[in-house]
Amino acid sequence: MGILDKHKVLETNATLLLIFSLLVVTIGGIVQLAPLFYLENTIEDVEGMRPYTPLEMAGREVYLREGCYVCHSQMIRPMRDEVERYGHYSLAAESKYDHPFQWGSKRTGPDLARVGGRYSDEWHVDHLNSPQSVVPESVMPKYSFLGRKKIDGKYIGEIMATNAILGVPYTEDMIANAQADFAAQADPDSDYDGLLERYGDNVNVRNFDGKAGVTEMDALVAYMQMLGTLVDFSTFNPDQHR
Amino acid sequence: MSKKPVQKKQDPETTGHSWDGIEEFNNPLPRWWVWVFYATIVWGIGYTIAYPAWPGLTGATKGVLGWSQRADVEADIVTANDKLAPINAKLEAAELTAIPGDAELGGYSASAGAAVFKTWCAQCHGSGAAGAVGYPNLLDNDWLWGGDIENIYLTVKHGIRNTEDDDARYAEMPAFGQDYLEDEQIDAVVNYVMSLSGEPMDASLVAAGGEVFAEECTSCHMEDGTGDREQGAPNLTDAIWLYGGDYDSIRETVSNSRFGVMPSWSNRLSEAQIRAVSVYVHQLGGGE
Repeated sequence: MGILDKHKVLETNATLLLIFSLLVVTIGGIVQLAPLFYLENTIEDVEGMRPYTPLEMAGREVYLREGCYVCHSQMIRPMRDEVERYGHYSLAAESKYDHPFQWGSKRTGPDLARVGGRYSDEWHVDHLNSPQSVVPESVMPKYSFLGRKKIDGKYIGEIMATNAILGVPYTEDMIANAQADFAAQADPDSDYDGLLERYGDNVNVRNFDGKAGVTEMDALVAYMQMLGTLVDFSTFNPDQHR
Repeated sequence: MSKKPVQKKQDPETTGHSWDGIEEFNNPLPRWWVWVFYATIVWGIGYTIAYPAWPGLTGATKGVLGWSQRADVEADIVTANDKLAPINAKLEAAELTAIPGDAELGGYSASAGAAVFKTWCAQCHGSGAAGAVGYPNLLDNDWLWGGDIENIYLTVKHGIRNTEDDDARYAEMPAFGQDYLEDEQIDAVVNYVMSLSGEPMDASLVAAGGEVFAEECTSCHMEDGTGDREQGAPNLTDAIWLYGGDYDSIRETVSNSRFGVMPSWSNRLSEAQIRAVSVYVHQLGGGE
């Protein structure tokens, strides 16, 4: 009786069959997943990545809450047509501080991975208030209520602390000053030196929606305006074997 | 008692398995199917040797073909650029004003420019270039900064009122409501401006408004209100409005001032692309 004839033992014992099925699936899973955790080149090192500022993080929360990812991807694939339309293809490192990542799977609207700096703040506000006012053929819903919803960033430090648990390098200093940094980024007249010191000089400090007070509109536009702008591609040297 | 199943003559052999008296016929798979199955296994092994596949301790195997998705897309882009290089070089060397008349360059610019326009410009100016409130219509012959091809080219290249390009076109209308004018004066000058293009207005205020206009507005909008392209000051007599020509819209503009920003495209688009899109915009209908 060869080993192949022994399957009768498995076929006639439900518990054994379950255990062995689990074993087979586990091996397959380990082979596919485990290397991603120990291989150093899973996420290549790039210059410029930083965690989201509190205001950007709040905008990202709005992005998640409104389900923007259902119609917009944040993932430029390495193909000529995508690179010509959207810019340099996305790198794994660019979503390393995203929990969860926002790659999306469907493009009813355009990809947003590099939308940062592509339009003015005024355009974003006009467009979010009424997409059809600037793109008549757009099927995007109106989000004018974002501009009326004032937010104070009271809980943003806690969201950052949760992200820190997941491996985002937020320092205690960043979390402690979260609410102050949140307000400072939307107010160009404030003392925002601490914000720049903690997050870097490339943080946009502006009154994004052009109105007094911090609204969800400010937060979402701040998030949009930094998407895909962190890595300086003029100094980036791609590893071809990835 | 289970009955012993009757095996008919034409039935195939059983596999020998028996469970509660149920037996299983041994119907082998067709040979062609089995061979295709083996072939896919062999092909699968070959594939993992040829292409990057198996994870190791420091990285995955690279595959004997040396294929790389990143190299692939780079090669694709280089191939496309090389194909276009000769005509792009010609476009960059050509005299701007001569491009629309040149059969080869004019046709190429119009279609290449349309592609650039739809990717980079349509979001504000509209996919048909008809603009929107606050974003100028490029189809008509009303131009803020000039509609000949050289001026369009300069506008595209350096943009308007942006902070990134020192050569950007720059002009700002003061917010007259904040320091300069009284409420009644604004009321009057708005009615005067409306009278210039024949909008319905309060005729009793026009004379007073004319005085305010002569005092405050003529240095940019000219005495007759036809504007000045050197300063990007719009023509107020043609009933074409960027922010609306009703009383409330004009009053808002006079009181708080408003103007748009156009990015500088010189660091995002190539010289050939900027020239192509300028030609495209020029030939849309309003080019001078």
